[in-house]
Amino acid sequence: MVAQNIAFGIISGIVVFSALRMVTTRNIVHSALFLVAVLAGLSGQYVLLAAEFVATTQVLVYIGAVMVLFLFGIMLTKAPIGKSMEMTGTQWPIAAGVALMLGAVILYSLIDQFGSDRLTEGGKIYRTADVGDEVFSTYIIPFEAISVLLLAALIGAIVLARKD
Amino acid sequence: MTGDPLFHDGVDLVDIGIMGLKVVVAFGFLLVATMFMVWFERKLISDMQNRIGPNVAGPWGLLQTFADGVKFFFKEDLRPENADPLVFRLAPYISAVTAFLSFAIVPVGGVFKDVPGTTGTVNIFGRETFLQVADPPIGILLLLAMSSIAVYGIMLAGWSSGSKYPLIGSVRASAQAISYEAALGMSVVAVVILAGTLSTHDIVAHQAGGINTWFLVTSGVIPFIVFLIAATAELNRPPFDLVEAEQELVGGFHTEYSSIRFALFFLAEFMNVITMSAIMVTLFFGGPAGPIFFGLTWFWPTIWFMSKVMVFLFIFVWFRATLPRLRYDQLMDLGWKVLIPLSLFWLMFISLKELRASNDWNWIATYAAAAGGLLLGGTLLITALRAGDRAYQKDSEDA
Repeated sequence: MVAQNIAFGIISGIVVFSALRMVTTRNIVHSALFLVAVLAGLSGQYVLLAAEFVATTQVLVYIGAVMVLFLFGIMLTKAPIGKSMEMTGTQWPIAAGVALMLGAVILYSLIDQFGSDRLTEGGKIYRTADVGDEVFSTYIIPFEAISVLLLAALIGAIVLARKD
Repeated sequence: MTGDPLFHDGVDLVDIGIMGLKVVVAFGFLLVATMFMVWFERKLISDMQNRIGPNVAGPWGLLQTFADGVKFFFKEDLRPENADPLVFRLAPYISAVTAFLSFAIVPVGGVFKDVPGTTGTVNIFGRETFLQVADPPIGILLLLAMSSIAVYGIMLAGWSSGSKYPLIGSVRASAQAISYEAALGMSVVAVVILAGTLSTHDIVAHQAGGINTWFLVTSGVIPFIVFLIAATAELNRPPFDLVEAEQELVGGFHTEYSSIRFALFFLAEFMNVITMSAIMVTLFFGGPAGPIFFGLTWFWPTIWFMSKVMVFLFIFVWFRATLPRLRYDQLMDLGWKVLIPLSLFWLMFISLKELRASNDWNWIATYAAAAGGLLLGGTLLITALRAGDRAYQKDSEDA
């Protein structure tokens, strides 16, 4: 488990650094790229937890689709090279405060709930097939609910984009 | 990754050595193969166009690519003044690294028998191992992940150049890649459903036995056709090379690149052609499957694998030499209105077929339901497309 802990430490460092740079950098494309680094780091953490399917899905969906669309949108509208000063608004201290409070709440609830739990050696590793079985049996209702929600969002987007 | 099932008893120095050897061999093989692929493409296109092509450097011009590569190394490395320095340097590496990584999951040899999971190993230094760099449990998903990361290389190259044409080229590229990734993924899923596994090794093992067990046949050819078209679009190869349409965009996303950075893009492009051909062979043509005649039994599968890959390399060059480039709206129409509905329907059909087989449903009822579904879905789709066309025409009349 030593190697995992070292890797966890390194990846966490990269993720925290990228997350901070994402909100402090003055270039919008760099900001998006730091977000990509954060998501890639999280994907690395999933691999360390032996959740390869979640890790690849993270790469496919967030890095491969969501962030590409972000960058696509940025480049189609306005993506100047170099620093743009208006990137950091005057309300940043309030935003930082809100972010800190949110982080504290999440941290508290996580430690309160799982703080003393230990990962058992040789516990069950969920392979892709197991994840699929769980999604389509135990969690079928949430899964379907989310699917319908996404469909509604899709139709909503089309309706909003239509001219008539 | 907790990947290779042959590492059950922990990893020692021999395993690490074998892994290192595999990586070095795969890396070297890919580089050399890319070099000859460039020569092969130039020579073949010359033949198809009644030209001679490269014939000066080495016998039949074989060393032409090598000469070009050396020249690239010694050229001045230019960077436009208003380029973004860091991203401009980063982009070629993203392209090249992802191109290398996706080849890792391709099984290039090994004798496969009918029993899945037990075959396809060779003996190196007293260890049983697969003839592929890695066999992660997520297997083929790695290819999709890598091809979605490869989009970044092109997109960032175009943006960071700080110039109009590369930016237009890269925006085209990203739109094209995300449109065709869906069709590509769904044709892969058809194979995954039939094989019941994501691992490329097991996918190949499932096809052992003969041509009638290849997924090309058992999946009904359509996933293969969709995959071939979508892969050509993913690779930005003609007839889908709008990304670098010379007449419109100078050189596309790599207009501002020179020297070794340009060479990296070039390398990535040709390497991706080889990888995609290898993946097609793995998914649909039984990978290294083929008759074994005499002598070295482990040698024949690799020969078969390479011959099959060669056929696809030829097809890609053939496409380039004969097909005219699509217009951008035609490209999007083909992707969204033809390939995605087709692969979606075929995916559902294959799932239904598998379900019928495992639950022993009635033949007639099952396929009648499938035909009904096709009729309903097709009618809805055609109505929707007609309505879209009408709205478009009305728009252009008003304007």
